[in-house]
Amino acid sequence: MKIGIPRAFLYYKYHYLWETFFEELGIEFIVSPETNKDILNRGMTYAIDESCLSSKIYLGHVEWLIGKCDYILIPTISNYASSGTVCTKFQAIYDVVKNTFRDKDIKLINYNIDVKNSDFEVKAFLKMGRFLGKKNASCMRSYLIAKQAEKTARVMDEKYQEQLLDEKKIKILLISHSYNIYDKYIGAPIIDYLHDMDVIPIIGDLANKKEAIYNSFEISETLPWTYNRELVGSIVLYKNRVDGIILLSSFPCGPDSLVNEIIIRRVKDKPILNLILDGQEGTAGIETRLESFLDIINFKKDDYSGKI
Amino acid sequence: MGKYKVSFPHLGSYFVPLEILFTEGLDVEYIMPPTITKRTLELGSRYSPDYVCAPFKYTLGNFIETIEAGANTLVQTGGGCRLDYYGELQGQIIKDLDYNVRFVNLVKTKSSLLITLYNGFKEINPDMSLKKIAKILPVALKMVEYMDTFEDYIRKNAGFEKHPGALKEIHHEFLNELRTVRTKKELNNTYQRYMKRVKGVEVEKPKNPLKVGIIGEYYTIMEPFSNHYIERELAQMGIVVDRWMNVSNSIIHNSKNKMKEHIKNYAEYNMGATSMATINKALEFAKKNYDGIIHVKSSGCTPEIDTMPVLQNISADYKIPVLYFSFDSQTSDIGIQTRLEAFYDMIMMRKEAKN
Repeated sequence: MKIGIPRAFLYYKYHYLWETFFEELGIEFIVSPETNKDILNRGMTYAIDESCLSSKIYLGHVEWLIGKCDYILIPTISNYASSGTVCTKFQAIYDVVKNTFRDKDIKLINYNIDVKNSDFEVKAFLKMGRFLGKKNASCMRSYLIAKQAEKTARVMDEKYQEQLLDEKKIKILLISHSYNIYDKYIGAPIIDYLHDMDVIPIIGDLANKKEAIYNSFEISETLPWTYNRELVGSIVLYKNRVDGIILLSSFPCGPDSLVNEIIIRRVKDKPILNLILDGQEGTAGIETRLESFLDIINFKKDDYSGKI
Repeated sequence: MGKYKVSFPHLGSYFVPLEILFTEGLDVEYIMPPTITKRTLELGSRYSPDYVCAPFKYTLGNFIETIEAGANTLVQTGGGCRLDYYGELQGQIIKDLDYNVRFVNLVKTKSSLLITLYNGFKEINPDMSLKKIAKILPVALKMVEYMDTFEDYIRKNAGFEKHPGALKEIHHEFLNELRTVRTKKELNNTYQRYMKRVKGVEVEKPKNPLKVGIIGEYYTIMEPFSNHYIERELAQMGIVVDRWMNVSNSIIHNSKNKMKEHIKNYAEYNMGATSMATINKALEFAKKNYDGIIHVKSSGCTPEIDTMPVLQNISADYKIPVLYFSFDSQTSDIGIQTRLEAFYDMIMMRKEAKN
């Protein structure tokens, strides 16, 4: 038995949890490779034209896994109760995959999180474990260990970022869904570019989630989506320790289309750059915009320190 | 702020029951939202984020038009998709434009529908009387149902009138008279009378006319300007148009469990907003051997985009053609016309081949 995990979407939020859970249960798994041009092209072939770049990438990863494993893991998420809902894509993706690849030999394993209707994460994982023929007790044990591993990893990430925030260099806060910013093909080039320019990228997604949600209300009262709330809250947490903010979205992200506009209209004390990733080849356009954004920030910095 | 002059964005003909609800139930002045035009869309697009869905642009543009028409209180609602965040952003944009109006966002009060409505009403007019609302609400709801039934009949017959335009004219008079209705009795009388009139209009329907079902996203399917009057176009081609989606079906008579059971071979989860109804009706139209299905949505509408792989499978399984329309502020009438004509030719030839 081998599980296939698409390296896209929720992978970046949950991979510590998934990987440890399967390892502890003694279940073999395979993760699709980092996104590359070929995977994106496969995704574009199968996806509905108008769907967002991130979901095209997702379908590309699913397609890559077909024939290489017994089951492909496609979890769905409906809501996290009081902390919000998610983009409808995360509820739809299971049926989208099923219908898109109906004519291929594809078997899916799914769990659903719907906290409002008491489908909690732990319940979902126990169910998935049972589906894989494991006993409840060992599923529970594996889940708890996985949860601990996830927590440790998050704390480490957060601590590391704290150190970066204390550095003297120019720091830019990147507000971007984890599946975009960590994606090798669409997000990583931005991070690499900032490093090349001797700028420290601060990742909004690494902020402490609970604190971020709590602080997000300072910027927006009715924001319905948990993941966006976490990002918006990270602006409140980090804003005073960075020199500028980049909003990085994949085209045409539904939630981001509105949330970015709220951020631009309400966060007035930092320069903000709104970058839309469309998966088109060539980074020249993006680099030009990044370069001029950094120029503005450098100029401001010099201005404040009285160099001009 | 003197008297409350309240408005809600234009959607189909629903301004009629809304007017009664606001004036009689909430004791506020109701500003009739101007009909949606090209200007609405231009205004809305000017102040909207680039790649937001079209209903955001239409409703924002319409808010600005209602302010110009004298409104000082704007009401916005939610809907299980991006619509849930329309209110806060539109309120902010209108504030940034320096309009001095109140913006009532019904999404703020997150609880059951009744409490949400109560809190919303309370915000619209703090001095409202529950008694008045209790008296007029059933009338307004019943009116929505009657209007929907009436329009459903028109959709199925408008293509076959002996004197084109007769149904539309009666519809217009019907709406005008509804605006004066205040009690259930008056409502029933008006409805019976106009239903009789509309059924008396001579139609020459062939025995087996072309039948097309329309499915899709809430706003685009119900606001005729935003779908480029697609139903009118289809009627002119002599097609019976069937549309389930309207306010009474989606809000008053909606059974999610039934839909879920019906579509389970195609979709297990609710993809959000109108997606379940879209799949459910597509499957039903397919099973009933309709000649074709037309799917309409705003471009970028995530829930409706996600239904498309399902619709493609239904189309393949039941051999029913599906035409997909995605509207944005750039869509041209001519492009739509051409695609509709090609679709018509295709379903016509299929029908002839079958007979």
